[in-house]
Amino acid sequence: MSDELLSYPQRHYGMDHDRYRWSMLQDRAPIVWPDNKPLALWINIAVQHFPLSGDKPMVAPPGALTMPYPDLRHYTLRDYGNRVGIFRIMTLMQQYQATPSVAISGALALRYPRLMERLSATGYEWLGHGWNMLCMHAGDIDIATESEWIAQTREALEAFTDQPLKGWLSPGRSQTANTPELLMRNGFSYQCDWVNDELPYPFKTDEGDMTCLPSCLELDDVFVLTQNLHSEESFVQQVSDAADLLIEEGQKQAGRLLALNLHPWLVGQPHRVSAVKNLLEALLVERSDAIWHASPSSIVDAAIDQID
Amino acid sequence: MTEIAQFSELSLYNYSPYDERPKIVWPNGARLAFWVAPNIEFYELNPPTNPHRQPWPHPYPPVPGYSIRDYGNRVGHQRQMALLDKYGVRGSISLSAALCEHHPEIIALCAERNWEFFSHGIYNTRYTYGLTEDQEREMIEDAMDTIERAVGQRPAGYLAPALSHSNHTIDLFAEAGGLYTCDLFHDDQPTWVNTRSGKPFVSIPYSLELNDTIAYVVQKREPRRYGESIRLAFDQLYAEGADSGTVMCIPTHNYQVSCPHRLRAFEEALEYITGHSDVWVTTGREIADYTIAYGRQQLEGSAVVPSA
Repeated sequence: MSDELLSYPQRHYGMDHDRYRWSMLQDRAPIVWPDNKPLALWINIAVQHFPLSGDKPMVAPPGALTMPYPDLRHYTLRDYGNRVGIFRIMTLMQQYQATPSVAISGALALRYPRLMERLSATGYEWLGHGWNMLCMHAGDIDIATESEWIAQTREALEAFTDQPLKGWLSPGRSQTANTPELLMRNGFSYQCDWVNDELPYPFKTDEGDMTCLPSCLELDDVFVLTQNLHSEESFVQQVSDAADLLIEEGQKQAGRLLALNLHPWLVGQPHRVSAVKNLLEALLVERSDAIWHASPSSIVDAAIDQID
Repeated sequence: MTEIAQFSELSLYNYSPYDERPKIVWPNGARLAFWVAPNIEFYELNPPTNPHRQPWPHPYPPVPGYSIRDYGNRVGHQRQMALLDKYGVRGSISLSAALCEHHPEIIALCAERNWEFFSHGIYNTRYTYGLTEDQEREMIEDAMDTIERAVGQRPAGYLAPALSHSNHTIDLFAEAGGLYTCDLFHDDQPTWVNTRSGKPFVSIPYSLELNDTIAYVVQKREPRRYGESIRLAFDQLYAEGADSGTVMCIPTHNYQVSCPHRLRAFEEALEYITGHSDVWVTTGREIADYTIAYGRQQLEGSAVVPSA
């Protein structure tokens, strides 16, 4: 045991694993976005199902139920997002002509077909977001079970969209050691769980390379508002500050990416939804000259040929 | 009469009230010594299990925790470095020594700028806990040798990895040739440290309260509020420094302060501090060298050894 504490089998050049190559953002070939805009903006809306269950997942995702069964308070608060919050947010997205993506729990396709029809009608890009928020891709979950969750999610969502589903965001951005391979086997070509970069990059799997399009945890609405307990006003300020810094770097150095992740059960609440409006105003109106707002697949496609 | 329990007490430093000490005059009559300590760390994806402290809360692979720390090296490092260049600050790096092997490009960039490298252990996922004294000596010397091989200078300072200590840590580091510790938070001025070898050895104020990770993760401060805290601390220490001679340190992490929504607040604080006269913008080693040359008597005045 104690010998192991001073043994370093992966102490060598590069990463201590084989998933991707080590490189610094600023040292890479410069990315140029369409129309030479300095900043690409990806907005994702996470449409989530938290089952009413007394089971505790191995890793609790943000927003997980916490009370003894039946935790009606949190179950219904999360369900609020799918009944009310999402429609407020869709209205704002339409008003600002935004093109967000939606990452959807597969189980919702069975539970709320009407919601799927409404989401399908928007033309937003769909991402797989796990079967539900209790099926956590974490630790030693059996590989067949995990594979089934992914396959089932694809099948359930495809019943409501003609789009090819390419992207995946795991519940809680959690993965097992098998998740990337299983995503590739199930036809997903990019995943957003590793928050280690601000540009898409090639991610190695036993099934060939996929792309990691890094989402941003630190500016995720749940992280800022419910974990850090910052105000809605500060949230908008932080997003604006981030955009300004990235636009400046994009002008002086090379194309940058701002990734936002919004939860209708949180920012769809009546006292918070103005924050969504304010950040859309800040990004898509006040900074529209500098921002290329696009779907995640468009961003991946634009970047991938320029990545060395 | 009840017997008072005997506790083991710290005997590393002597006691003197803040306002009874001889004044420290910094070079060129400066009243405040200011240094920035970027922690440049490597966290392992799959470290061995330490019986005393679990490196990751998440089962293998710990994607959320690992990937944001990797972001610090891939994206954040050059962003903070550019800012320190702009304000004429040479970083004093708290370095996971294995990073010399994993990411020599970062080491080269810092060495070009004549930054200081001090030891922060081998990895931030390897703790002092559970090591015998001989093993801890081996780990401390390994880290110092690795850094010396990479940059040609033996580190003078030590911040124990992940702030994990034994009762021998400071003695062992002094015996290995170290001059100062960052592990003690008892003062705003340098303090002479009693070690068993009797070698000249000092504690240089590093700050947990102004440490970005503590501010953002533990205290959950809003970025602008963090910037304001730094300015308030500076105002106080700068005013007092005219009579006492103070040290102010901002410890940073590239996965915290360099996030695009946070850097601006840090920049405003740096701009404010470096805009003042009579501030010695320096490094940890230079403060330690100056303090040791100043001498114990001149530093301590009539300090007394507290009774156990």
